[in-house]
Amino acid sequence: MSDQFDLVVLGSGPGGYVAAIRAAQLGLKTAIVERESLGGICLNWGCIPTKALLRSSEIYHYMQQAEKYGLTVEKPGFDLAKVVARSRGVAKQLNQGVTGLMKKNKITLYFGDGKLTAKDSIAVTKDGQVTNVTAKNIIIATGARARDLPFAKADGERIWTYRHAMTPPEMPTKLLVIGSGAIGIEFASFYNDMGASVTVVEMLDRIMPVEDADVSEFMLKALTKQGMDIRPSTGVQAIKTSAKGVTAEIKGADGKITEEEFSHVIVAVGIVPNTENIGLEALNITTDRGHLVTDAFCRTNVPGVYAIGDVTGAPWLAHKASHEGVIAAEHIAQGLGKDVHPHAMDKANIPGCTYCHPQVASVGMTEAKAKEAGHKVKVGKFPFIGNGKAIALGEAEGFVKTVFDEATGELLGAHMVGAEVTELIQGYVVGRTLETTEVELMQTVFAHPTISEAMHESVLAAYGRAIHI
Amino acid sequence: MMLELKMPALSPTMEEGTLAKWLVKEGDSVRAGDVLAEIETDKATMEFETVDDGVVKSILIAAGTEGVKVGTPIALIEMEGEAAEAVPAPAKVEVAPVVAAPAPAPVVVKVVAKVEGNRIKVSPLARRLAAAKGVDLATLKGSGPNGRIVKADILGAPKAVAASVPAAVVTDGATPHEVVKLSGMRKTIARRLTESKQQVPHIYLTVDIRLDALLKLRGELNEALAPRGVKLSVNDLLIKALAVALARVPACNVSFNGDTLLQYRRSDISVAVSIPNGLITPILTGADSKSVADLSTEMAALATRAKEGKLQPHEYQGGTASLSNMGMMGIKQFDAVINPPQGMIMAIGAGEQRPYVIDGALGIATVMSATGSFDHRAIDGSDGAQLMKVFKELIERPLGLLV
Repeated sequence: MSDQFDLVVLGSGPGGYVAAIRAAQLGLKTAIVERESLGGICLNWGCIPTKALLRSSEIYHYMQQAEKYGLTVEKPGFDLAKVVARSRGVAKQLNQGVTGLMKKNKITLYFGDGKLTAKDSIAVTKDGQVTNVTAKNIIIATGARARDLPFAKADGERIWTYRHAMTPPEMPTKLLVIGSGAIGIEFASFYNDMGASVTVVEMLDRIMPVEDADVSEFMLKALTKQGMDIRPSTGVQAIKTSAKGVTAEIKGADGKITEEEFSHVIVAVGIVPNTENIGLEALNITTDRGHLVTDAFCRTNVPGVYAIGDVTGAPWLAHKASHEGVIAAEHIAQGLGKDVHPHAMDKANIPGCTYCHPQVASVGMTEAKAKEAGHKVKVGKFPFIGNGKAIALGEAEGFVKTVFDEATGELLGAHMVGAEVTELIQGYVVGRTLETTEVELMQTVFAHPTISEAMHESVLAAYGRAIHI
Repeated sequence: MMLELKMPALSPTMEEGTLAKWLVKEGDSVRAGDVLAEIETDKATMEFETVDDGVVKSILIAAGTEGVKVGTPIALIEMEGEAAEAVPAPAKVEVAPVVAAPAPAPVVVKVVAKVEGNRIKVSPLARRLAAAKGVDLATLKGSGPNGRIVKADILGAPKAVAASVPAAVVTDGATPHEVVKLSGMRKTIARRLTESKQQVPHIYLTVDIRLDALLKLRGELNEALAPRGVKLSVNDLLIKALAVALARVPACNVSFNGDTLLQYRRSDISVAVSIPNGLITPILTGADSKSVADLSTEMAALATRAKEGKLQPHEYQGGTASLSNMGMMGIKQFDAVINPPQGMIMAIGAGEQRPYVIDGALGIATVMSATGSFDHRAIDGSDGAQLMKVFKELIERPLGLLV
């Protein structure tokens, strides 16, 4: 039994399901193969449920700060099981939403393990039953999973990946977070706000190493002030588990090795692409350090086979996957004669957001990267303490930094720390897509009072024209 | 109502053209869709139609006039049944009662090619970069949404000064000679080939290819296709081979574009066709996915229209790579000049019987030399070599061209 499609998407994460919907919109007969839950990691075990958890910890944090705002809260407290249950409920709601979208767009669903048997054929295995699905085009959107440390295999009891950390069996008392990327810092922030003692170790010499150096420095201070123990240039060399907790062998910045006790460990040291057992080897699809190699239209080296999202490499972000999904679907539709004009992916203009407290958001080049690339730069920096709305919110911690090319006025990058900056960054991303220069940004009217005024001020500051500093 | 017919812009970059021929004369009645004139641009002759009914009152620019600027009034047309309004007209033309008519002259003509407005769509950053680099925005084709000129277009654009025509050669005046005016096409060829050789670092890769299998297959196919009236030429099969090879080696199906690379997803092959006083390159779009029979039919039609000077701009502008075959003129091997912004051109020499080592013994085989010229900014030598290898294999084992 074989079904023939214009497009079959392997994986239904934020890359895969968006690609399928876009293809269906363009009139392609489309199917999707999923081994677990529609929506993938992002929706079920990543972006969304963590935001639900962080909302709980944020409100809990505010409850403890109530007095500062003139409010009285008798005795702030929480029920971890209910916090987790809310997060799972949010994930379930969105999962059902995707199910509805698949139905609305008449996308055929195949649940099971998909494996490419040819460049136009996928065998889907479910409970020992095999269904062959054939398609003129295939998009591989199998995503990625947490990287394990060889000496600290996650067991879900004492050693956690993000997935265990999202559904904790108990509240950690003394938590060790290995890795200070977005995932590590978000969980550190959540558990710290919920009252755990949190230690974060980072191998590199600064935390959040993909961000601008000013952001790393600011966050080190901010998180330390919140009571976290943040240790750059520090590595974990071994972990022993016992019934009571774990003992970690830690090599500090000074080279000294110490043994420390923790109740739990979260391993957040990056991800590995899901490329096993999906039939890539037989098709000779080119990979680079495990990731599938694709061009600006998401094509692999095998005609008709595309790949999108985490399985194709950095940045490992849901919105990058979704955008690639649209490009791949449009490119395929164009090949099938549809009147659609896909644009090439511009990886230099993908924003990155971390939902810790305070939030971090950025797009484009850091100041150091811009200089490395040979730009003579103009840098503007505006602190939240100069922004009326931030002070009114009681959130005056943060800044907006902008990096311009001196010769052309091109906005090379923007880096923000503070309340709601994850919502603000899009203003700069749109500006970069439209290729605005400092002139248009300066000429834009920003609403008052908003935190976004700090974005305006930062641009003005780069040219020595900031008003409120 | 009297309407001014203006010299149309037949392409976004056209600034002037030659009014080659009037197909109507003063006093003729014209109906919507009638062709009024033929206008010659640097590469093609295009027909110029009316969209309204009326009477040609006056022809202002004589046939054969060169260098007519876009927007120059070329004729006056009186629209049927309306005499209430008029636009100011040259004195020699008698017009209907003059009533003040401040309204701008409506557009009364359409051209076969799409007319773009005067507004140049350009990003703020691109505008500033262009000013800094001295690039004339009007000469650029934007790669952004709806043709918007973006940063990458400026970085890949030649400077305005670089595009200027080289100084005329001064002769000593002693050798008897005639001065022949350059046609628009000859000017374009001169400018583009100069740009290519000055700005594109060429790398040349040559292979010898055995043709016996391809010739045998062609004979068999032509027997089979005879009832359909299709006769494949060797060139048709070579076009197909190049298109398929580019699809298999996408690293060579590219354009260098400043700080970006355009990676094409389709093989559109420009085929050099000699025409009186020049050369033009009609395009076989999507040649990698068309059957050889369809390619052959399309190529024959394009070549005929090319020789008649009737190609539309979209039929010769674009293409992702070119093929130039001088085999029929007995050329053994040559190095072709890349047609920018394409990344490569394949130069085909004559197929001839040559002594050839076959299975370790000297024999005779029909062999041709093919040389690919590659834009070395965009294409590495090894990728070029890979393309030549695949091209050779496709010709030596030509069944691959049919599936």
